Amino acid sequence: MNGFLSMQAEFGMVAAIVVMLLADLILKRPNHKPLQALAVVLTLALTVLCLTEPAGEAFGGMYVNTSIASAVKAILTAGTLLVFTLAGRWLEREDTSYKAGEFYMLTLSTLFGMYLMVSSGSFLTFYIGLETASIPMACLVALDKWRRHSAEAGAKFILSSMFSSALMLYGVSMLYGTSGTAYFTDAAAMLAGTPLQIAAMVFFFAGLGFKISLVPFHAWTPDTYQGAPTPVTGYLSVVSKGAAAFALTAILMKVFGQMVENWSLLLGIVIVVTITVANLFAVLQKDMKRFMAYSSISQAGYLVLGTLAGSGQGMASLVYYLAVYVVANLAIFGIIGIVEQQTGRTDRDAYNGFYRTNPHLTFIMTLALFSLGGIPPFAGFFSKFFVFASAFHAGHWLVVFLALVNTIISLYYYLLVVKAMFITQTDSPAPAFKSPALARTGLVVCLAGILVLGICSGVYDWLTDLSMQF
Amino acid sequence: MEIHVIHYLVVSTVMLFCGIYGFFTRKNLLAILISVELMLNATNINFAVFNRYLFPDQLEGHFFSLFGIAVAAAETAVAIAIIINVYRNMKQILTDDITDLKG
Repeated sequence: MNGFLSMQAEFGMVAAIVVMLLADLILKRPNHKPLQALAVVLTLALTVLCLTEPAGEAFGGMYVNTSIASAVKAILTAGTLLVFTLAGRWLEREDTSYKAGEFYMLTLSTLFGMYLMVSSGSFLTFYIGLETASIPMACLVALDKWRRHSAEAGAKFILSSMFSSALMLYGVSMLYGTSGTAYFTDAAAMLAGTPLQIAAMVFFFAGLGFKISLVPFHAWTPDTYQGAPTPVTGYLSVVSKGAAAFALTAILMKVFGQMVENWSLLLGIVIVVTITVANLFAVLQKDMKRFMAYSSISQAGYLVLGTLAGSGQGMASLVYYLAVYVVANLAIFGIIGIVEQQTGRTDRDAYNGFYRTNPHLTFIMTLALFSLGGIPPFAGFFSKFFVFASAFHAGHWLVVFLALVNTIISLYYYLLVVKAMFITQTDSPAPAFKSPALARTGLVVCLAGILVLGICSGVYDWLTDLSMQF
Repeated sequence: MEIHVIHYLVVSTVMLFCGIYGFFTRKNLLAILISVELMLNATNINFAVFNRYLFPDQLEGHFFSLFGIAVAAAETAVAIAIIINVYRNMKQILTDDITDLKG
C-alpha cells in the first residue's frame, strides 16, 4: 500500500485528465477561457503533488520513484503550466477554440507518459510511458487540422517516432535475450559488455536519440517544429525533450553502468556532432520556429553532456540545465506565438524594429536569448558551466573544449535576432501588442526564472542533494 | 529439420532490415507505415522466441510482445488518421510532393 503513495502525482494526473475531459463536455462553448483557467489550476496542483511525492516502489518494482525523478517531474509540470498560460491567444482563434479541451487533455496525457518514463523501473513501463507520451503528441502536432503544414508535420512526427521506438524495442529485445529480464536492477547485474549487449545498447541509444533529436537522428525535428502549432512546438522542445534526456541518463547509469567505456565514447562523438551540425544549420535559418528547432537540437547536445559524466554530479547538472532551458525557451516560444497570432508571420524579418513598438517583449526575448547563449549573469551561463564542469570532472576535456567553441558560434546566431530587434532599420515595424493577462504572467515567470535560477545557488545544491540519493 | 532459436532470429533480423530499407526508400506514406509495422513485428518475434527457448519458465517476453502489439495498433490508428488528414489537405500522400517544409 505504501508503494502507491509514491505514485500520488500519477494518480493526480489521471484525475486531472478525467476532470479536463468532463469539463470540456459540461462547459458551454466557446469554453476556452474557463478551460484554460482550469488547466492552469490543475497543473499548479500537480506541480505541488510532484514536489511532495515520496520516493518508493510500486507494482513489484516496475515503478520506481526517486527524489530526483520527482524533481524532474515537477520541472516538467511547471513547464507545461507555462505552455498553458502562453497558449491562450492561439486557442482563442475561431478555428481552434472548439478544440481547447482536446489540447489540454492531450497535453496532460503526454505528460502522464513522461511521468511513467521518468520513474520507470523496467523496460516495459518505460516503453509504455514513452508511447503514452508520443502518440498524443502526434495528435497535438497535427491539431491545426486545416493547415497543411500541421498535417505534414504530424505525419513526419508519427512515422519517425514509430521508427525510433521500433529500433529501441529491438535493442530491448536483444537485452532481454541476453539477460532474461526487463527490470533495470536485474538486467544491470547480468550485463558484461558482450557484443550482442553492445549492439542492444546502440539500438536503444538510437531509439532514444530520435526522441531527444541528437544529430544523426534529428531530421524530423526542424520540419515538425516549423509545422506544429507554436505552443505545441514550445512544449515539444522543452518538456518532451527533457523527459527523454533524463530517462536516457537514468537508464545509461542504472542499466548500462558496467559498459560505461562503451557508451561514453559513443555519446561523446554524438554530442560533438550534434552541437556542431545544429549550430551550423541554425546560422542559415530565416524562419524563427525552424531556427529555434536547430537551436534546440544544439541545446539537446549540451543537455546530454550531463549524461556523459555518468555521475550524480552529472545528473544534477542535467536537471539544472533542463530547468533553466525550460524558462528561457518557453519565453522565446511564447513571444514567437504572440507575434504569429498578431502578424501571421514567423520569419525573422517580422522582428525588425521590434524594440520601438514592443519594448517589454523585446526585453524578455533579449534576456532569454542571452540565457540560451550562456552570457553571465543569466541562468544559462551557470547551467552551461555546471554541465561543462561535470563532464570535465569525468575526464572528457576534449568534448568540453569543442562544446565551448560551439558556444561562441551559437552566440552569433542568437545575437542575429537581437540585432534584428534593436538595430535593423525598417519603415513598418510590427504594431504594438497587448497580450492577455495570463500570458503576461507566464512571461514574467519565465523572466524571473532566467534572472533568479542562476543567482540563487540553493537550486543547484538542492538538485545535487537529490541526485546523490539516486 | 528441427527449428532452433537461430532460425527465428534470422527471420526477425531480415524483417527488421527490410523495414528499415522500406522506411527510407518508399515514397507512399502508407508503404512507410507498413515498413514500420514490419520492424515492430520483428521485435515481437524476438521477444516471444527468446522467452520460449531461453527462459521457458517466465512470461516477461510474452507480455512484452502483447504490449508491443497493442501499442503498435494504437500508433497505427493515429498514423492513419494523420495520413487521411494529409490527403484531405494535399490530395495525395506521396512524399515527393509533400515538401512544403524544408531548408
